[in-house]
Amino acid sequence: MATEILDNTAEDPGRRAPLVLGGHTFTTLTETVCEVVERPTPRAWWVAFSLSLALSGLFFALLGYLVVTGIGVWGLNIPTAWAFDITNFVFWVGIGHAGTLISAILFLFRQKWRTAINRFAEGMTIFAVVCALVFPTIHTGRPWFDYWLMPIPNQMKMWPQFRSPLLWDVFAVSTYFTVSLLFWYVGMIPDLATLRDRAKTRLRKVLYGIFSLGWRGSGRQWHHYERVYLLLAALATPLVLSVHSVVSFDFAVSQLPGWHTTIFPPYFVAGAIFGGFAMVLTLLIPIRAWLGLHHIVTARHLENMAKIVLATGMMVGYAYAMELFIAWYSGNPYERFVFINRALGPYAWAYWTMIGCNVLAPQLFWFERGRRNPLALWVVAMLVNVGMWFERFVIIVTSLTRDFLPSSWDYFRPTWVDLLTLAGSFGLFLTLLLLFIRFLPSFAMAEVKSVMPEAGLEHGRHRGHGQYWGEIPHQHDRQFEGGTP
Amino acid sequence: MRWKPRLVPELPDEGQLWGVLAEYDTVDTLLVAAEKVREAGFSRWDVHTPIPIHGLDEAMGIRPSPIPWLVLGGGAIGAAAGLVLQWATNAFDYPFLISGKPLFGLPVAIPVTFELTILLASLGAVAGLFIFCGWPQLHHPLFSVARFLRASNDRYFISIEAADPCFDEMKTRWMLEDSGAKAVEELRA
Repeated sequence: MATEILDNTAEDPGRRAPLVLGGHTFTTLTETVCEVVERPTPRAWWVAFSLSLALSGLFFALLGYLVVTGIGVWGLNIPTAWAFDITNFVFWVGIGHAGTLISAILFLFRQKWRTAINRFAEGMTIFAVVCALVFPTIHTGRPWFDYWLMPIPNQMKMWPQFRSPLLWDVFAVSTYFTVSLLFWYVGMIPDLATLRDRAKTRLRKVLYGIFSLGWRGSGRQWHHYERVYLLLAALATPLVLSVHSVVSFDFAVSQLPGWHTTIFPPYFVAGAIFGGFAMVLTLLIPIRAWLGLHHIVTARHLENMAKIVLATGMMVGYAYAMELFIAWYSGNPYERFVFINRALGPYAWAYWTMIGCNVLAPQLFWFERGRRNPLALWVVAMLVNVGMWFERFVIIVTSLTRDFLPSSWDYFRPTWVDLLTLAGSFGLFLTLLLLFIRFLPSFAMAEVKSVMPEAGLEHGRHRGHGQYWGEIPHQHDRQFEGGTP
Repeated sequence: MRWKPRLVPELPDEGQLWGVLAEYDTVDTLLVAAEKVREAGFSRWDVHTPIPIHGLDEAMGIRPSPIPWLVLGGGAIGAAAGLVLQWATNAFDYPFLISGKPLFGLPVAIPVTFELTILLASLGAVAGLFIFCGWPQLHHPLFSVARFLRASNDRYFISIEAADPCFDEMKTRWMLEDSGAKAVEELRA
């Protein structure tokens, strides 16, 4: 442990801020990250896991109740045919987007600080998409017919209708899930090998051995591996933008006032990244404190995330304002009515919750002290989570309950099943997340190591591609004869 | 390179020399040593590191990975499949007229085509990784060396196989010892 640097948030243009603190070397970093998986299961983990498991048990019980009883156990009905289910779907898919942004887009932009949080955020993506996929599956009402969504030749000799955005959604979300899973797994292979090499028990050795596929850190394997990682990042970047655009087409392609707008794709993507980063902060701040990983997920990492939350929050705020402006400027009475109704109608409470949480709360991050106080960060992130759920609720429910014809207006009230299913989906999410932290390398060791000075990247003399002139301890003038045949 | 599932590689007879393993403790010594091994004309050798190292590909003389071609191929198949699928199902096999929309239109076909392009391109990338890395290969003689366990942690290694035509038990060992290695070990399979 050489020099202990405690604060890396200072901005000095002439010097790169260190990303790993606490005088870590490769050896101590491996120890710190692997210890999370290798130490005996802490009691706190069991408590958290039992609670989340119970909650996810409730989730599946309620889904079972829904399947055997019928979709009427939810509060939705015509005209509000979409309510909590699709709100939850969009909410969870959106959460996932921060993981892909961190792992793919920040990778392409060479944002080295991403290494400390990308594995965790990718895991979060997978689990959020799992939760998201449950809702449309169940919302079909008769989930045993869900194979109709796939272009599978069947007894009716009919095919799915490809001109519907709902079918695009099937392709977009399932592709997103598959590619995120591949990216996550490929990224994890070197770290699984580290766990394999450190394994003390036979079971661990065999399981980590199988999943690390025989990784030997070979230069030839790294070469292919790095190329694949870059390609996957380059493929995931347009994918993540397309997924939430397609989700927004579910609304934008319809003719309902309040949904039929061209701003939806960019607005949804910005909102997804906004909400996703808030979820990363919500989860990482307590987990970092619990596992004592302050030196790896540093104050600078949290501050950077706060800045992204602020920036995307401003984009979302701009979209809210622009929606209002276009509603007025279009001169369309239905559009105008929908937006006045959102702000002043029966769901005004939800609209102003959304504005307060998504537009006002992140303004705290203009101030350094706001960005550097973990508690303040966590509270704002939590508010953003709430606000982003309400954003989807407002978009869906206000437009559906009051459309063109006043005689068919309605007021949606969730039932207890609606509310507990939403709570239960958090149970499923947290259960998966806790299993991930316990059994898999939740911080990308190999990637964090490669941004440490020990990797040779930060030496005084730059080592570019193909040129290296580092210190050579034993320089010999003698020719090497060992290799001549 | 042909792919065959190599759960256990073909091992030489028991107790036969498999190769030598040299350990280095900094990136810089490793890079210089790797270049020496390459210049000595070896072909069946490798470097083992816990992190990807800049400049190692050049030092080892690795040719560019052919995987991008698989990605391109996967993407092209995905795009074609997306277009054909939508045309064949909705306009050809079962012409399905809905809301007065054309039976097939390019703009409306873009989302599904795009997603399938990305899906197959990504599957191509990962399949390429498995093929060119020879995965899964669950056992390897190197795994029997205790010090090699640190290759995934904090040490750098060079391994040279005895099957290499340039290999000479003593000379190769001397060369590695001379290249700044902290330790050199013989491996018997």
